[in-house]
Amino acid sequence: MKTFAETFSFVTPVVQADIGGDHIFKISRAGSSTPEDAPTMEFIYHFGPVFTLSSLAILCAGTFGGLLLGATPGLSPTMAVALLIPFTFHMDPAQGLMLLGAAYTATVAGGAVSAILLKIPGAPANIATALDGYEMARKGEGAKALQLCFISSFIGGVLGVLVLIFLTPLLAQWALSFGPSHLFWIAILGVTIIGSLDSKSVIKGLLAGCIGLWIAMIGYDSVQGVERFIFSEHLEGGVHIIAALIGLFAIPQVIEMLEGGRNLRTYDMIKVKPHNVWDSVRTTLAHPRTVSIGSIVGIIIGLIPGAGGQIAGLVAYDQSKRFSPKRKLFGTGEPEGVIAAETANNAMVGPSLVPLLTLSVPGSPTAAVLLGGLLIHGIFPGPNLFEKHADVAWAFINSLLIGQLLMMLFGLYIAGLAAHVVRVPPAILASAILVLAVFGAYSVQNSMSDVVVMLVLGIGMYFLQQYGYSAAPLVLGVILGPIAESNYVQGRIIASAGDGMFTYFCTGTMNLILIALVIASVGYSFASEFRTRQRASEPEKTA
Amino acid sequence: MMKRLLTWGIALACLAVPGLAVAADYPDRPISLMVSYSPGGATDFQARIVSMMSADEKYLGQPIVIVNKPGAGGKVGWNSFASSASTDGYDLAAYNVPHFIAQSIKFETKYTIDNLEPIANWGADPAVFVVGKDSPFNSIADVVKFAKDNPGKITVSGAGLFVGHHIAFLQIEKATGVKLSYVPHKGGAPALKSVIGGQVMAGVNNLSDAFRSKDQLKILGIADLERNKEFLPDVPTFKEAGFDVDDSSVNFRGIMVRKGTPKEVIDKLAKAVPEMFNDPKVVKQMKAGGSPMKVMNREEVNAMWQKRQTYLTELLKDLKDDGK
Repeated sequence: MKTFAETFSFVTPVVQADIGGDHIFKISRAGSSTPEDAPTMEFIYHFGPVFTLSSLAILCAGTFGGLLLGATPGLSPTMAVALLIPFTFHMDPAQGLMLLGAAYTATVAGGAVSAILLKIPGAPANIATALDGYEMARKGEGAKALQLCFISSFIGGVLGVLVLIFLTPLLAQWALSFGPSHLFWIAILGVTIIGSLDSKSVIKGLLAGCIGLWIAMIGYDSVQGVERFIFSEHLEGGVHIIAALIGLFAIPQVIEMLEGGRNLRTYDMIKVKPHNVWDSVRTTLAHPRTVSIGSIVGIIIGLIPGAGGQIAGLVAYDQSKRFSPKRKLFGTGEPEGVIAAETANNAMVGPSLVPLLTLSVPGSPTAAVLLGGLLIHGIFPGPNLFEKHADVAWAFINSLLIGQLLMMLFGLYIAGLAAHVVRVPPAILASAILVLAVFGAYSVQNSMSDVVVMLVLGIGMYFLQQYGYSAAPLVLGVILGPIAESNYVQGRIIASAGDGMFTYFCTGTMNLILIALVIASVGYSFASEFRTRQRASEPEKTA
Repeated sequence: MMKRLLTWGIALACLAVPGLAVAADYPDRPISLMVSYSPGGATDFQARIVSMMSADEKYLGQPIVIVNKPGAGGKVGWNSFASSASTDGYDLAAYNVPHFIAQSIKFETKYTIDNLEPIANWGADPAVFVVGKDSPFNSIADVVKFAKDNPGKITVSGAGLFVGHHIAFLQIEKATGVKLSYVPHKGGAPALKSVIGGQVMAGVNNLSDAFRSKDQLKILGIADLERNKEFLPDVPTFKEAGFDVDDSSVNFRGIMVRKGTPKEVIDKLAKAVPEMFNDPKVVKQMKAGGSPMKVMNREEVNAMWQKRQTYLTELLKDLKDDGK
């Protein structure tokens, strides 16, 4: 045993993922031997090709198309990029990648349009946007919500790309050091926010989260291949997260709109008041704390391979809520909620490409698709990408940067048009949402099963809502379940081959930091629940 | 009444006619190719390249449209293909050997090699055994020597259960007689990431992916009958290293149809599709993407399927006897 530890001491430091000084030192030393590390201003010299007429046309087309694709329920950024790759077959490599980069940026932001106007998050990244965005839209502030969303997306997105440009060599190794035990704790950290997310009662939030975790178990288990809860053949492929998302958010709302019959008095038509853009810019800049929390959370979560940007928005939303003096207003149409969620989910775009570009390891599903887009042109990402294909690599990164700007401009334009889109009677709007929901669920995997699953979950959610449960914690359960589970199972196999469960999961700097965060998060929830109850009982005493 | 009879007559005629018409002017509309993995995966990516020339009059004269039906490691797509795809030649599917054959042996699936008909094979990606760049292991012999003294201590990542990587892992265990720990991942890319990041000590992965990350890895062996001269001329096969591991884990990709498809249609596809795979544009694009090609005709694929079926039944039976 001793010889094992001695001979293979290399395993321990990496598995335990020290992020202390020693590790950083190792990285910078390794970095200095490779030429791409110098965080130069080199990218500026490569702006030229981006500003040619044809490149700009491609960028505009990619951005505008991306916004539309992103706003279509069921079309996630990953799928949108995958569908565009064949179009780049016959393009010049640099321009092909510009198209993909611009489309990736825009689809992430585009998902917010349907989240705000229709309460159908276009992708899991936009769930948190829907919480306050849709409430704003119901108050008639849809245009403002959209403007805030695109402005904060721009800020977050640019910061994220800057991290990609300047810190890639430093962060690439660090990103790779995340192993199953760390991802397991990250998922548990996510579970701890379930209770406080968009629910009036912590208990109901946790119960909804449990239902979500259970739904995530349906289908073939991804590690062992065991069948679980497959009662009907529709459940064979499990519950796809996007189908679940559409069902849980859109269907209860459709039923609510239709239950009043034709003479709806309770449901006001959503009016979108025009709103001054500069006012939105001021609102965004007036919340520096929210913007920085959103960006930092988005960047860190984006860097971690396998955590997925899906939860970036929700975590940032929850953190901003905890630190905000207006935390009571979150969930009722508070602009801060939209700003936090949207800065985070766009800040994640740049960092999610860090491990891909220098180490050829895709950290997220979208990065994996982009890898395909690079390979098709014979460009192999890796340590010498910036030597061999500097022009193409920088053109791609610059297109992400310019894409953010174009995304904001097109987005603000769309925000102005939104007033016309929503000026329809509720009954017609409800039918339109239903059509979109069915279409969206089907298009995810070209499968009728997803539509059935979507409708069943949606109808179930309608009844749950009558008892005060909400969809957001449930969806978070569906997202976190597989991350926690598969990493636990992998960690268990690795641990039983090595030093045992306790050592593997509970020692090492990174594990300890994450465990401390979990404990702090749980402690905070208890404290705030306690405070609320005390405050609730105080008036009784005085009376 | 007459009207209703007439309607029925026309409906019946419509049902009967395609059987005859299909063979003569097949294909006269776009053809769909189902890929049972998600968009952007290696299978999807390659399927899009190899089918891009199909609209050319030289080949099929009609475009091939990719339809993704991912889920449960491919089972969802292949189950639906084997039970509900049309048999008129307009529904094709991409196969992955050994995945679908191993699944049909191990699980209750609606597909077996008996209700599917191969058309042609486009690619073959052998599995390779990799360790991290800083690993003390420099050859397969090092790994085996260490594992003999420390059974089960070496963790090996791979993309899921009963896929090529897992088959190669089982073969390696069997041939070397040592015990290793297999850590299944969700796909080849995360499995490779675990090796590079040092979360596992070794991995079985695709040659093409490992080749791209060769600066961060040491590639110790290749599970094939001969070395790969194009990409990795210096990496020995397991046979050369003295262990009896053949090419059963090589990931073959190709196109198939459902049984019951008219013979004329199959013949037409079996002739045109391999030619389409060999189109210079396809070959160039595949090479650029680092995807190893291996075009095989219908007879060759049929023989390969049969061989794998026999071998995998045997190998996976052993697995059950181990009490796993």
